Amino acid sequence: MAEIRNYTLNFGPQHPAAHGVLRLILEIDGEVVERADPHIGLLHRGTEKLAESKPYNQSIGYMDRLDYVSMMCNEHAYVMAIEKMLGIDAPIRAKYIRVMFDEITRLLNHLMWLGTHGLDVGAMSIFLYCFREREKLIDAYEAVSGSRMHATYYRPGGVYRDLPEAMPQYLKNDIRTDSELTEMNKNRQGSLLDFIEDFANQFPASIDQYDKLLTENRIWKQRLVNIGVVSAKRAKQLGFTGPMLRGSGVAWDLRKNQPYSVYDELEFDIPVGVTGDCYDRYLVRMEEMRQSNKIIQQCVAWLKNNPGPVMSDDHKVSPPKRTDMKGDMESLIHHFKLFTEGYSLPKGEVYSAVEHPKGEFGVYLMSDGANKPYRIHMRAPGFAHLASMDEMARGHMLSDVVSIIGTQDIVFGEIDR
Amino acid sequence: MIDKLKNIFKVFSLSELRGGLNITAHELVNKKITVQYPEEKTPISPRFRGLHALRRYPNGEERCIACKLCEAVCPANAITIESEMRDDGTRRTTQYDIDLFKCIFCGFCEEACPVDAIVETQIYDYAFESREGSIITKERLLEVGEKNEQMINKAKLEDSKYK
Repeated sequence: MAEIRNYTLNFGPQHPAAHGVLRLILEIDGEVVERADPHIGLLHRGTEKLAESKPYNQSIGYMDRLDYVSMMCNEHAYVMAIEKMLGIDAPIRAKYIRVMFDEITRLLNHLMWLGTHGLDVGAMSIFLYCFREREKLIDAYEAVSGSRMHATYYRPGGVYRDLPEAMPQYLKNDIRTDSELTEMNKNRQGSLLDFIEDFANQFPASIDQYDKLLTENRIWKQRLVNIGVVSAKRAKQLGFTGPMLRGSGVAWDLRKNQPYSVYDELEFDIPVGVTGDCYDRYLVRMEEMRQSNKIIQQCVAWLKNNPGPVMSDDHKVSPPKRTDMKGDMESLIHHFKLFTEGYSLPKGEVYSAVEHPKGEFGVYLMSDGANKPYRIHMRAPGFAHLASMDEMARGHMLSDVVSIIGTQDIVFGEIDR
Repeated sequence: MIDKLKNIFKVFSLSELRGGLNITAHELVNKKITVQYPEEKTPISPRFRGLHALRRYPNGEERCIACKLCEAVCPANAITIESEMRDDGTRRTTQYDIDLFKCIFCGFCEEACPVDAIVETQIYDYAFESREGSIITKERLLEVGEKNEQMINKAKLEDSKYK
């Protein structure tokens, strides 16, 4: 009789379902996965080391590029670490703006996840519909920061600029009639807040649409139900956070358990799953989108009624206004000092974590009193999730590995850093 | 028993699949949201951070005074500046290079510039024909600034009250 051996399959790093540069070494017996060995590091850019060589503010832009589908949440963890260390506080309006954009980021992330997860599992149209909604949120990103993805918007002591009072509009061109243009610009007549409010009002209908497309769909359920089951106990042991943990039935959310910024003043619920399979995690994320939408609506209502400063006026940390800088010597000195030397943090270490769309994103900052970090470490939620790949995939079919990668919501920017 | 019958009906009627197809059918006839680039473009905010430009004062004098704040603040070290005293005794750059492959478009250079010389414009559809083309020199930066001064001025004015 011929000798039968397991087959080793190289999954990725150029596989369309590998979500970037995941390389999985799969040992498969027929079509059943015996062992899954993720190889990481293909997107390593040395963010932690890079941050050691430049003043604190200059690394904000690099935080965007960690988890490149939830940009502002990464920034939030980083600026919060610096604020904690300096003992300063952002103005309340800045905090609301941050929370609003954190939730917009959560929607961006979950929409991206839903679209690509659907695509991996075989649902094409959901991808298009998710990106339709994402486009509006990305427009909000662009209107506020000037960049569609890598915002560099949060600063220690607040946010860079206040929300704009006008939205950019579609311009006149050869292929659109005037009535078409008016229709396209309809939600862009007011301020950015009006634009976001309009989005938040119609977004639940979009989620209902996704819900109707997928939740009961038998193909979708066949691909997700009872795939990659993780018990609550095991999920905690594996260091899961975010929807991965909540999908297993543990009600743990930093926004509720250790409220940061203004989350304690907002009303929202934490959805939890029951069985801890891919389908439960899908349901948890869907409900999270609804809750995020609720938070956005509350923030918009608050922000509309409460104008105020968005940056602390401590000019040792935050640059003075440009008009001041041009007319006033002391402001000019502050400006020059801040943009060359930056500011120094007191000696010590700090850990600050936010509820990132994927889980707990933490920044551990160590300072020796200089104007740049002595050492900085990012706790990436995806790293712990990916580490459980072997346990989750073992015994499943090859096609289920794709579902599991999808449900883990892996982004390599943060795992490889 | 009734539940069982209901379930059987659900399975064989393909109700949820029909529901899904109903949505895609609706979207098929719904108004399309596709933007026909390049005939039309998506809206761009005045804060947009695109291709860099060096500006001049209305009298034609270069704004840049070679203070090198942008060079110092650039997280990617994409900016290289050399300066010299000009014959009239003012300090001006002799070299101002931005490596667009290194640049991460964070906007810090514009934020740092005390004389609004280096700005990031709303131009995003540019290309190079050679690898060296990614390094834009002072001449090219000034050229971009001159060509698009109206657009730059409008965008910066609109946004100035927030800064």
